[in-house]
Amino acid sequence: MKIKQLSIFLENKKGRMRKALDVLANNDINIRAMSIADVSDFGILRLIVPVPEKAAEVLEKNNFLVKVGDVIAVEMSDKPGELNAILKFLDEANINLDYLYAFVDEKEQRAIVLLHPEDVDGGIQALNKGGAVIIPPEEVYNW
Amino acid sequence: MFWNEEEECMPPLKREELQLERLQEVVKKAYENVPFYRKRFDDAGVKPEDIKTLEDIRKLPLTTKDDLRDAYPFGMFAVSPKKIVELHTSSGTTGKPTVSGYTRKDIEIWSEVMARGLTMFGLTEDDIIQNTHGYGLFTGGFGVHYGAQKIGATVIPISTGQTKRQIKILEDFGSNVLIFTPSYGLYLAEVAQEEGVNQNNLKLKSIGFGAEMWTEGMRKEIEKRYGVPAFNIYGLTEIMGPGIALECEAQDGLHVMEDHFYPEIIDSETLNPLPEGEKGELVLTNLTREGMPIIRFRTKDVTALRRTECSCGRTFIKMDRITGRTDDMLKVKGVTVFPSQIEKALLKIDGLEPYYQIIVTRPQHLDELEVQVEASPTLFSDEVKELVGIKRKIENQIHNEIGIRVDVTLVEPKTLPRSEVKAIRVIDKRKFD
Repeated sequence: MKIKQLSIFLENKKGRMRKALDVLANNDINIRAMSIADVSDFGILRLIVPVPEKAAEVLEKNNFLVKVGDVIAVEMSDKPGELNAILKFLDEANINLDYLYAFVDEKEQRAIVLLHPEDVDGGIQALNKGGAVIIPPEEVYNW
Repeated sequence: MFWNEEEECMPPLKREELQLERLQEVVKKAYENVPFYRKRFDDAGVKPEDIKTLEDIRKLPLTTKDDLRDAYPFGMFAVSPKKIVELHTSSGTTGKPTVSGYTRKDIEIWSEVMARGLTMFGLTEDDIIQNTHGYGLFTGGFGVHYGAQKIGATVIPISTGQTKRQIKILEDFGSNVLIFTPSYGLYLAEVAQEEGVNQNNLKLKSIGFGAEMWTEGMRKEIEKRYGVPAFNIYGLTEIMGPGIALECEAQDGLHVMEDHFYPEIIDSETLNPLPEGEKGELVLTNLTREGMPIIRFRTKDVTALRRTECSCGRTFIKMDRITGRTDDMLKVKGVTVFPSQIEKALLKIDGLEPYYQIIVTRPQHLDELEVQVEASPTLFSDEVKELVGIKRKIENQIHNEIGIRVDVTLVEPKTLPRSEVKAIRVIDKRKFD
């Protein structure tokens, strides 16, 4: 149930992000969701793409530092308090969250939140137990 | 294994006798044939006859790089131009280049000292040596070439560059000894790895490297990447080129070829001689050079001399690896910093690539030191806090080494310049006016 996520090291320098996106575009890789964490002199670009291994390979060939890791995708209905309810499941299981980002899945008319708890497996358990709807990778890669 | 056991293992008294005899002769020749030296010695009130012991060398004035520049092009020659058979120059990156002239006999001596050194690295007439030092006005290429030819080894005079071809030749020809500058050697290893070269398929037995500053950690890195021992070569164009001092199998300092070069260490500020074992500026005197004898040349290289018994049996004095240049010594916040110290700190961290750049700025009348380091797969993490932690760890390691705080910036892989000859490690953006 884990979603593969690419993390790319980016120097805080003009044009670096475009360079990474160019590599993906040239290899016909679409981006499903993205977020950026930035510190003053560098950033981490996090991406969900349909073909994570291939994307990592082409980026590495172009000298980017890439890591493939796991995140959890959870369905939310688009209304106040939904995200809070999901985070509560993690809190109750005493699982700390590193980061999250969310996007809207227009086709299915739902919102999806991508979660990266410190303990990914524990997170899945806690979410299942709480009754959250975890979305399988196929649906995330191909919506 | 010795190339010239009689000279290299000479008893101390005999050596001193020979050195004094040669010193007296070379000083006399310089005084009689080079107007620059005549004037210098006269101004200092010293005559060649005043050299009665080796210590008397201290009475002679020092020669600087600027003196050689002022003599550009041929002002330091002690023989008629027709006796000069070869010319080299320094790179001239920091001003007018300096010219070095060689007679046939000078080339013979150059070949001899390099043959001694390459023999220390295990090179024999049965071996193939791949010389990646540039052939041209730079002395590195020809110095190694002459020494290897003297031994009778097979030389591949490939020069620097054409890296993929280098690797192909290394594999196909089965080169036994490889010569490079440390930064080019690391680059070559990196490309070899990308090309999928297997260390075990190579016939390498040793590496000789020089022409730029390095640290013990960098040697270890080179030895790990190539799986063979790496030995240091020291030299400078002004005095001759590579071959002035070379490292034996003990890998614990370089033997100065004392029958041809007389080394001293001075305090670069007071210019006073320093006792054996103390670190200071290396000063060299040509004892046998005909074309352009240089007396007491200030090399600006920082090292120490040690007259200790060496396990290899050679009696020539040993010089430490060069740990800095009096002119690339940085003064940051009033503290003396050598790039080599920063390199040493970086190499203590696992997974760090040996490429770095030091940038000194003075934004508000206060010096700031930034060290750019390439992030590598083992260092990279998806977690910002971990990356910041690694950055802190590197900063602390450097702080421990140099005593001042620096700002470490992680940059993307392969973005710092790879140099084929001498790596530019320091960018000083401070304006001193």
